[in-house]
Amino acid sequence: MPASTAPTQNLDAECADVMELTPFQTHPDRYRHWRLSFDGDRARLEMNVQPDGGMREGYELKLNSYDLGVDIELADALSRILFEHPEVRVCVITGTEDRVFCAGANIHMLSTSTHAFKVNFCKYTNETRLYLEDASEHSNKRFLAALNGTASGGGYELALACDKILLVDDRNSAVSFPELPLLGVLPGTGGLTRIADKRKIRRDRNDVFSCVAEGIKGKRAVEWNLVDRIAPLSRWDEAVSEMAGEMADELPTSDAVGIELAPTPFTVEGNALRYEYVTLELDHAARTAELTIRIPDEAGPSDGAAAHAAGSDWWVLRAFRELDDAILHLRFDLPQIGLVTTRVVGNSAVVAATDALLATDDHWFVRETRNLVRRVLKRYENSAKSLYAIIDGGTAFTGCFLELALAGDRTYVLNDPDTPVHLGVTAANAGMYPMANGLSRLETRFLGTPEAVAPVLAHRLDRGGEVIDAETADELGLATFAPDELDWEDELRLAIEERACFSPDSLTGMEQNIRFAGPETMETKIFGRLSAWQNWIFQRPNAVGPNGALKCYGTPRRPEFNYDRT
Amino acid sequence: MATIDYEQKIPNNVDLKSDKKLQRALEKWLPDYIEWWKDMGPTDFNENDVYLRTAVSVDRDGWADFGYVKMPEYRWGIFLTPTEKERIVGFGDHFGSKAWHEVPGEYRNMLRRIIVTQADTEPASVEQQRMLGHTAPSLYDMRNLFQVNVEEGRHLWAMVYLLHGFFGRDGREEADELLERRSGNPDHPRILGTFNEPCTDWLSFFCFTTYTDRDGKFQLLSLAESGFDPLARSCRFMLTEEAHHMFVGQTGLGRIIERTCELLKEHDGRDVRELGGIPLEVVQKYINFWNSSSNDLFGGEISSNASNFFASGIKGRAYEEKLDTDHRANEGIYTMEVFENGRLTTKEVPLRNAMNEVLRDEYVSDNEKGIIYFNKIVERHGVDFRFHLPHRRFNRKVGIYSEGWFSIDGTPISETEWLGKVGEWLPTQEDRDYVQSLMVPCLEPGKYAPWIAPPAKGIDGKGIDFEYVKL
Ligand SMILES: [Fe+2]
Ligand SMILES: [Fe+2]
Repeated sequence: MPASTAPTQNLDAECADVMELTPFQTHPDRYRHWRLSFDGDRARLEMNVQPDGGMREGYELKLNSYDLGVDIELADALSRILFEHPEVRVCVITGTEDRVFCAGANIHMLSTSTHAFKVNFCKYTNETRLYLEDASEHSNKRFLAALNGTASGGGYELALACDKILLVDDRNSAVSFPELPLLGVLPGTGGLTRIADKRKIRRDRNDVFSCVAEGIKGKRAVEWNLVDRIAPLSRWDEAVSEMAGEMADELPTSDAVGIELAPTPFTVEGNALRYEYVTLELDHAARTAELTIRIPDEAGPSDGAAAHAAGSDWWVLRAFRELDDAILHLRFDLPQIGLVTTRVVGNSAVVAATDALLATDDHWFVRETRNLVRRVLKRYENSAKSLYAIIDGGTAFTGCFLELALAGDRTYVLNDPDTPVHLGVTAANAGMYPMANGLSRLETRFLGTPEAVAPVLAHRLDRGGEVIDAETADELGLATFAPDELDWEDELRLAIEERACFSPDSLTGMEQNIRFAGPETMETKIFGRLSAWQNWIFQRPNAVGPNGALKCYGTPRRPEFNYDRT
Repeated sequence: MATIDYEQKIPNNVDLKSDKKLQRALEKWLPDYIEWWKDMGPTDFNENDVYLRTAVSVDRDGWADFGYVKMPEYRWGIFLTPTEKERIVGFGDHFGSKAWHEVPGEYRNMLRRIIVTQADTEPASVEQQRMLGHTAPSLYDMRNLFQVNVEEGRHLWAMVYLLHGFFGRDGREEADELLERRSGNPDHPRILGTFNEPCTDWLSFFCFTTYTDRDGKFQLLSLAESGFDPLARSCRFMLTEEAHHMFVGQTGLGRIIERTCELLKEHDGRDVRELGGIPLEVVQKYINFWNSSSNDLFGGEISSNASNFFASGIKGRAYEEKLDTDHRANEGIYTMEVFENGRLTTKEVPLRNAMNEVLRDEYVSDNEKGIIYFNKIVERHGVDFRFHLPHRRFNRKVGIYSEGWFSIDGTPISETEWLGKVGEWLPTQEDRDYVQSLMVPCLEPGKYAPWIAPPAKGIDGKGIDFEYVKL
C-alpha cells in the first residue's frame, strides 16, 4: 500500500473537533467503487459502487449511488489516465450494475449531511466533472458515457460531462433528472447547465425533461439530444466499442509513456500539516491558516525529457498536487478556518526557469503538468475561504505563484528597502492559466482598465524583464496594500483580525461574487448560478425541513411544501 | 528631514523618542498642522506673547506650566493619564476581559470613526472662534480664548496620536483630512452640525464653551471608559483641560449676567440696551440656541450605533466604572417619550439602544446646575428674572424630536405656533446685530468692556489687571 494515503489522522488533542482528516489520496489498487482497465489506446472505467462502502455510517450506496469516497476515486482515476496512460485516446465510462448505470448522489447521505458538507461535496463533484471536460479539451482524450442502464440525477450528470453518450435501448433504461419532482432539489452537479449550455437542448424540452422523474428513453432521448446514440442490448458491447473507436479516430495516436503518480504524503505535527513543499499551519483560535509553499533551491529539469524522467517528483507538479490536497483538507476538514494567508518562499529565478519549461508545448508530460496547475489554481480561488497573499521578505510570487497571489482576494506587499520583495512575471501570467471565465487573472483583475495588463507583462522575466519590487508592484496595481516596515505588522494583524470576525456566509458570498468578473462560461454558471441556487434550496424547509422532500424521500411520508414562491 | 528633539518639542509620556512609526507620522503631519494653525487659528495674534498654560508632564504640577508663549510655538504634547493597575473592559459584551492595548481588528473601523468624529470637533472649534481675538472684552478674556484654542489644538494632537499610533496608513490619511475639513465650508465642512455654526461674538463663545464643550466633556467621559486603553487614557487627560473650557464659558456668561444685573439695578426701569449691556432675555435666547444645538451632538435617541459601540466595549456610559449597575446592559430597558404620529407616547427601548439618551441625561442634569448658578446671580441682585434650560426636545435637528415642533418647555406645537414664537426663543437678527454692535475690543490691562463684569480673580494667581497678552 503506498504511503500516500492519509488515513484518518489526528491533529493534536487541543483541536479535537477538527481531528478527522478526509483521505483524498488513493490508488487504483485500493479502489472500492471503480474498476479501471486499459487496452491499448482505450481505458475502461466501470462504476461498481459497494453498497457497504460508504465513507461514513448511516447510508447504503445502493444502485451505484455515490458519496464523496466514490468521487475521490473517480478523480484519482482521471489523474491516472492522464499521467500514467498518455497513450489512451478514449475512455469508456460505464457501470457493472444490471439495468442501472448510476443513480446519482446518495440521497440518505445528503439528507444526513451538514449543510457545509453538502456544499463542499457538490463543489468537489462539480470540479471532478469539469476535470473530465478539461481532459477532453486539453489532453488528447475523449470520454464516452456508455449507459448500460438508467442514468438518473448525478448519474446522467456524469454522462453529460462526457463527450458522447450512448444509452442502452432496452425499452426501460432512461436518462432522468428526478431531483425536482422527487427530491425537491436540483440536478446541481452541472446537470441543468449542461443540458442547456453544452447540449443546447430547447428550453421547453429541458423543462419537460427536468419535471419527469422517470426520465426519457430510447429514440426520444436521441431526438431531444439528451443522448447521442442508442443501442440494443444484443449489440451493446459492439456498439460501445464501435463508438469508442470512432471517437478515438478523431485524435492523433500517441506512443508516449506514462509516469507513475506517487503519493504526496504529509505529516501532522501539532497544528501543522507538512508536505514536502507545502505547509499548512493552523491557528484555531484566530480561525486562520498560514499556507506556505517552499520553492526548491534548484529548478531541476530544463526540458521535457528531464521533467518526464523526474516524473511526479518534478517539484512543480508535486508542489501543486500537495497544494491541491491541502486545499481539500481546508475545505472539508477545517470549516472553522476562515482566512488563509499564503506565502511562497524561495527564489524567483527557480520559478521563472520552471515556468519557461511549463510554457513549452512539445512534451505531453509538461502539458499535462500545466493542465494540473491550471486546475489547482481554479480550485484555490473557488474555495470558500478568504485568501490573502503575504508578499514579504524571502517570498517568490513569480509566474505560476504570482497567479496564486492574483487568485486570492488581497495582496499585502511589504515595502521595505531593507527587505526587498521579488515578484516576477512570466509566460504563466500571460494567459497560460485562464480562470473559469476564460480570461487570464491579469485580464480579469484589470477588466475595467485593460491597458494595465501590458505594463505588467512588460516585466516578463522570460523576455528580459526584471523582478518587481514593492513600489513597482503597487504602481502596477498588483498590491492591494503596500505598507512599509513600520506599518506592516499592524496592518497585517488588523486585516487578519478584522476578516476573521465578519459573517462567514457574507464573506463567502461577497468573495464569490467579485472574484470572477468578466464573461460567463459554463463553468462560471455551474458555480455561480446552479450551485448558488442549489445551496439556497439546501437551506430551505421545502427540502430539508422536517417535512421537506429530501427528508421524506425513502420514508412513507409525503413532503409538505410551503407553496409560496419567493 | 531634520531630526526633531521630540522630548523638548513635543512633551509626551508615550515614549515618542523610541517610537519610529509615530515619529515618522508626526514629522509629516506637524508642518501641516502648523500651517493649519497659521491659516485657521486665531487671526493676527501669532506673534504675540500670551500667558498660557502648557502641559509638560502628567505629574501634579507638570500639567499646568504657565508662561508667555507665542501660539505657533506652543508645545502641544501627547499625554495619557497613567494607570496603576491593568485595566479591564468595563462594559458591554467583553466586560471583564483585559483592556486592549492594540486596536482589535474587529473594531478597527468603528474605533477609527469614533476617534475621527471626536477629533474633528477640536480643530473645528478653533476655526469657529478664530476672529474673536479682535473683539476681546479684555486681555484676560483674550488669554482665556487663546488658552481654549491651544488646548483644543492639543486635543486634536491627542486624537491624532491615536490615529497615527494605532491605525496605520488609514489613520495617517484621516489625520491629514482633519486639517483639510473646515468649519462652515460648504464643500468640506466639519462632521457635526454645531461645529459649522458661526461663533463670531463673545456671547456665543461663552455659550459655546458652556454647552458645546460640556458635550465634549460627556463624550470624553464615555470614551474615558473605553476598552481601548490608549483612547480611554487620552480622554481622561483631556478632561482636565475641558474643565477649564467650561469654566471660561460658565463664568463668562455669569459675568455678562452680573453686569446686566448691575445696570438694571443702577438704572431701574431702563432698557439695558441703552446702557450698553446685554438683556437677560437675549442671554437666554443664546443659551437656548447653543444648548439645543449641542443636544444634537449626542446623536439619535434610539441608536443602533450607540448600541454597537457599547456592546463592543468602545464607548461606555459616563462614570461607567463607578456605576453600581449591570455593566453588560443586555437586559435593561430605557423608557423614553417618543414622537409618533404627531404626539408624544411612552416607549420602552432596549437600554443599549438608548445609550445616547443615557449620556444626554447626564448632560442635561449638569446643565441644570449651571442654570442654578446663573439664577443665584440674578437673585443676589434682586432682579426679577429667572433662567431656564430649554427642554431637550426644543429646536432639535437630530433624532426623533427633529421631526416635530416643540416649545421651549417641550410641548408639541404646530409649525405655525413655532413660527409665531421662535423670535421669543431664539436670537433674532436684531438681537444678533445688537450683540455684534457691542463687540468692540477692550485691550488695556485691567479694563473690561462695559457689557461684562471683571472676573473675581485672575489666572495663576495673577491680578485681573495683569498683562495676559502682550500686544
Ligand atoms: Fe476639546
Ligand atoms: Fe474644549
